[in-house]
Amino acid sequence: MARLFSNILKTLMDSVRDLLPIIIVIGFFQLIILRQPIPNLNSILIGTLLVVVGLALFIKGLQMALFPIGENIAYAFARKGSVVWLLIFAFALGFGTTIAEPALIAVSAEAAKVAASAQLIPDIASERNSYALGLRITVAFSVGLAILIGVIRIIKGWPLQYLIIGGYICVVIMTVFAPKEIIGIAYDSGGVTTSTVTVPLVTALGVGLASSIRGRNPMIDGFGLIALASLTPMIFVMAYGMVVH
Amino acid sequence: MALLSHLLNTLLQTLLDLIPIIAIIFGFQIIVLRQKIANLKNILLGLLYVLIGLGFFLVGLEKALFPLGKIMATQLTDPAFIYSGFESIPLTLHWADYVWVYLFAAAIGFSTTIAEPSLIAVAIKANSVSAGAIGVWGLRIAVAIGVAAGISLGTFRIVTGTPLHYYIIVGYIIVIIQTMRAPKMIIPLAYDSGGVTTSTVTVPLVAALGLGLASTVPGRSVIIDGFGLIAFASLFPMITVMGYAQLSEWRSKRSMEKLEKQENN
Repeated sequence: MARLFSNILKTLMDSVRDLLPIIIVIGFFQLIILRQPIPNLNSILIGTLLVVVGLALFIKGLQMALFPIGENIAYAFARKGSVVWLLIFAFALGFGTTIAEPALIAVSAEAAKVAASAQLIPDIASERNSYALGLRITVAFSVGLAILIGVIRIIKGWPLQYLIIGGYICVVIMTVFAPKEIIGIAYDSGGVTTSTVTVPLVTALGVGLASSIRGRNPMIDGFGLIALASLTPMIFVMAYGMVVH
Repeated sequence: MALLSHLLNTLLQTLLDLIPIIAIIFGFQIIVLRQKIANLKNILLGLLYVLIGLGFFLVGLEKALFPLGKIMATQLTDPAFIYSGFESIPLTLHWADYVWVYLFAAAIGFSTTIAEPSLIAVAIKANSVSAGAIGVWGLRIAVAIGVAAGISLGTFRIVTGTPLHYYIIVGYIIVIIQTMRAPKMIIPLAYDSGGVTTSTVTVPLVAALGLGLASTVPGRSVIIDGFGLIAFASLFPMITVMGYAQLSEWRSKRSMEKLEKQENN
């Protein structure tokens, strides 16, 4: 019981330490530079407490569930030895985690509004909805493809930098030709896809695969899935803009 | 009461966010791999922690940090504050007048990155995979410095109105040069750090700062300049993480050389 308690206390202290910089920065600028009192002090204290407890619980859950799940499934696929099923899984994981992402739903609704006000699509609800849905499917497809390519890369041991640098050159070239209105959304969509639940899971999957395939180094081959998943949406969303507009 | 319903709502949202992930993973485990899930009880408990933890975290951010951070971003970029020591607001702005904005951008970029849960996850993983060669705090601080430098430079760009692509292209050239010279094992991790930083905590505050600046500095477009900051925040961590590895390699080389010299004497 005493051990459990000290364990909980330590986790909480860790998350206090993680949040301390933000508290100091906000306090310093608010009180000393702007010389303003802190508004709604009560609500801010409750909020901060929630953030501390939430972060502590999340980190605990990450180590108990998200990491083991990602690793176990990587080992299981490596043992089964079926590359086709592994690739189907990789695509499904990328697609499935992205299509329901609330941030993506918000961004694509916003994008449909921008497109309608720029008169690229007729400004009626059904047109806007189908535009937003198309965008969501595009982004989810591109993340699925990114995880799939990333898994092939881990199996083959390709160096990551050629894929990423090649991809960014592609982004730069497409930026020149893509309609202006879509560029901002395209760049944003890269960041939207890497959510707090997906990142640990996908990282554990990559590292697990790289450590169970002979000749692969988990450090060199295991990381890189996140980088690919933030790159492909930019390319595909710009392509979507070029096709639809 | 409002807090409670907000909390329940967010928990429900997080649950909806988790369900497809869980369904895919357990579906494949059971149907394709035909495998029992080891330690099921522990994993379910862990998932419950993730759900509740993330829900609390998001509600807390919305109650405490985001409103205050957003108000501050608007106040700091307000011409009335920037020219508070002046007799009148000058007609042409000078980039040096915005020095508090650059400092705030750097400070908020650094501190929100330190609290970013997905970065903590990647740092824990990188630490255990590298058998301790990459420190959890070393990586987190390297990424945070990158975000701080990136966002600060990004606000400078909005104030001066210089084109975004110059900075981004120069940044990527630096990334390519570093990629050729940095230790091989850091490269994928450095590239991943770029995607990890633009997440739950950083994006809303940084977006508020970009929005505040773009709407008060004359001649800036809210749409174009708002998203520019995020691009900076994902580019610079790659540079600082590779730089961190280059620095530690250089230092260990130097201490090895010193050791050899001592032995030779």
